[in-house]
Amino acid sequence: MRGVMFHAAHAVAVLLGSAAVATSAGAQVAVRGETVYTMAGAPLRDGVVVIRDGKIVEVGPAASVRIPAGFRVLTARVVTPGLVDAHSVVGLSGALNVPDDQDQLERSAPILPDLRAYDAYNPRETLVEYLRTMGVTTLHTGHGPGALVSGQTMVVKTWGDVLSPANIVDSTAMLAMTLGPQVAQIYGARGPGTRSRGVAMLREQFVKAQEYARQRAAPPGDTTARVRDLGMETLSRVLAGEIPAMITAFGATEILAALRLQREFGFKLVLDGASDAHLVLDEVKRSGVPVILHPTMVRPSGVAANASVETAAKLREAGIPFALQSGFEGYVPKTRVVLWEAAIAAANGLTMEQALATVTLDAARLIGADRRVGSLARGKDGDVVLFNGDPLEYRTQVCGVIIEGRVVSEQCR
Amino acid sequence: MFRGARIIPISGPVIERGVLVIQRGRIVSVGAEGQVQVPAGAQTHDVSGRTIMPGLVDTHSHVGGGDGGDRTAALHPAARILDAIDARAANIQRAQAGGVTTVNVMPGSGLLMSGQTAYLKLRDGRTINELLICADPQRDICGGMKMANGTNPRGAAPLPGTRARAASMVRERFVKAQEYRAKVRAAGSDSSKRPPRDLELEALAEVLDGRRMVHFHTHVHTDILTAIRLKQEFGFRMVLQHVSEGWKVADEIARAGVPASIIVIDAPGGKVEAIDNSPITGAALEKAGALVGFHTDDGITDSRFFLRSAGLAVRAGMSPDKALYGMTMAGARMLDLDRRVGSLDAGKDADFIILSGDPLSVYSHVLQTWVEGVKVFDRSNVDDRKFAVGGVGASDPGMHVHHAMEGHH
Repeated sequence: MRGVMFHAAHAVAVLLGSAAVATSAGAQVAVRGETVYTMAGAPLRDGVVVIRDGKIVEVGPAASVRIPAGFRVLTARVVTPGLVDAHSVVGLSGALNVPDDQDQLERSAPILPDLRAYDAYNPRETLVEYLRTMGVTTLHTGHGPGALVSGQTMVVKTWGDVLSPANIVDSTAMLAMTLGPQVAQIYGARGPGTRSRGVAMLREQFVKAQEYARQRAAPPGDTTARVRDLGMETLSRVLAGEIPAMITAFGATEILAALRLQREFGFKLVLDGASDAHLVLDEVKRSGVPVILHPTMVRPSGVAANASVETAAKLREAGIPFALQSGFEGYVPKTRVVLWEAAIAAANGLTMEQALATVTLDAARLIGADRRVGSLARGKDGDVVLFNGDPLEYRTQVCGVIIEGRVVSEQCR
Repeated sequence: MFRGARIIPISGPVIERGVLVIQRGRIVSVGAEGQVQVPAGAQTHDVSGRTIMPGLVDTHSHVGGGDGGDRTAALHPAARILDAIDARAANIQRAQAGGVTTVNVMPGSGLLMSGQTAYLKLRDGRTINELLICADPQRDICGGMKMANGTNPRGAAPLPGTRARAASMVRERFVKAQEYRAKVRAAGSDSSKRPPRDLELEALAEVLDGRRMVHFHTHVHTDILTAIRLKQEFGFRMVLQHVSEGWKVADEIARAGVPASIIVIDAPGGKVEAIDNSPITGAALEKAGALVGFHTDDGITDSRFFLRSAGLAVRAGMSPDKALYGMTMAGARMLDLDRRVGSLDAGKDADFIILSGDPLSVYSHVLQTWVEGVKVFDRSNVDDRKFAVGGVGASDPGMHVHHAMEGHH
């Protein structure tokens, strides 16, 4: 199974389809909640979710849903879909924060599109386990911010000791890119010294990728430049719209530059960070580009100086599709928890359910995983979180986490 | 006077509908509505539906952009952070927005001893002099002494390369301080017998006298015990700071009678020493009978969200009463300010916050912050509000959150 991952690009489509799903023995479980937030309609009072072979087969009021004999039944005050963290680096970035466990950013060159997240992801990383106990069941992780192009990301389930189709949702989700002065600070002489140089370098690469794609598509008789270039291959796939470009852009200048690049080259763009989004709301709205908004509690400093805890509410009001993230942390603590970021957004303009959506269905849609996760609906993965109160409250604990019908966490914390 | 709110005095039971009377910067009386005598002519604030509690005491913060010693030596007892604080820093205003009224601003942890800390009231002042609690930095003791062990103070010479070396360097310095102090005492009023004035040993003599509190940054259980050992050898007073692995040695901390100010962070790790950081430390220390307080270590965590510490500590098993005590009275005791702040009692400073609801709820906001009877933050004021929610102007241009470690970026 693992060999599939190392084939040429077209083999990735097999992984995306998750054609082979191992039968999940022991994954027959039902969850009953006093309140069930399905994210697919109004919350259920005294609702039941039935999971068979890892998939949700039934969701509805307890009065009208039959739980098959032999199923394990878990109960909770509040039940939600498994949480979706729309952008993290954990698994490539580890809790110890030593050189050996920080693989989210290669510093030898600022443009490295061919770096694959699954060549570096560690499913046993402490932080992955930690996020799992905090209700995160689907994680969009991989290469991090700081480089013009740092590499690829992936979408995984937060379980499993090894990477396999059983926990990979999308092996090549997005291309992680960054615009802003932080790139110059990190790369020094090896990278762009200024913002405009950074954009120019990217444009050069995209133009080269357009040429590369043209030559690769040329008739067989034309043997010039048939040499395969892994980086150009990835950029071609971005230009073809197969892989979105996730551009970390905090300042307004960077946001507009990202939108400008998108208009020029036509790729799918996802804005990341975007703390100045509230200053260029119309431009972002007009572009139709979705936003992975910075963690609500991001420190208002440096490129995020204008960050506001109310931006989530502003994006929602403007009808801009967005999700929240845990993002990248350089020091202590080494990851944030999307549940708690959503909570602060709920205290600052979003309703509780709107905030919950930013870390469930809206996040799933944004990372292209909503066919499988993000809501409690028939046919979707049996990913469920159990809480002993309002999920967003400080004092409420996560008391159970289920991934595809398997109970992976049962301790209240 | 403020009437109609739910009042949490900390020093006594909650008053469901209470009255708080303040005058000339002090609390005059606190009690249930109808049972408190209100002076004639008192300005009335109707705060029905709100919650009032004492202003928060942050025992470990780096607001104001200051620093302490540099890496020319591992110990800098004479460096004073008050010589480097910018009172107009945006992060001070953000701390006011978070309900912080008293704060221990510290130099960083990149040295064994990075210098003298500053105990401040977050008054609306334009200079450090207006924020200092002490009257005269030349004459008074204006704060504590910042010390650290573990990995942050390690480095190339002249810094220690190992833990044992670090402890020995500290001991050597304290021994010198003991000798200096003895000579000064022996000289008495005879200035000809007094040793030449040494600013560093003078400050350490204050520490040995128990007049200057040591605030000791420490994470790992072995390092916590080393700090306690040093304290017991030299007899100085000490507050443990961060205490990531406090849950592993809660009994030892309680037995030693040493207070612990803990940091509540959203996830463990970020450095090897913090890998086993857990919010259960609050509950473990409470159970063991130790004095527990909290801090932000701003900018490691954000002063605007200081109240999260209490909520998350309760989630992890601490009692709500002790958690709120940890945000107020515990810190006051750790800074030797317990006669002035930390609870709503007659005679204490009128430092308090007005909340929209339960302080342990994520949905509650700090609506107003009052320091010595002066309102320093009001969420309904457009200029103040941005320090609570963010946006343009809420942060200082060009200021980057540093890691509060001298020489570290």
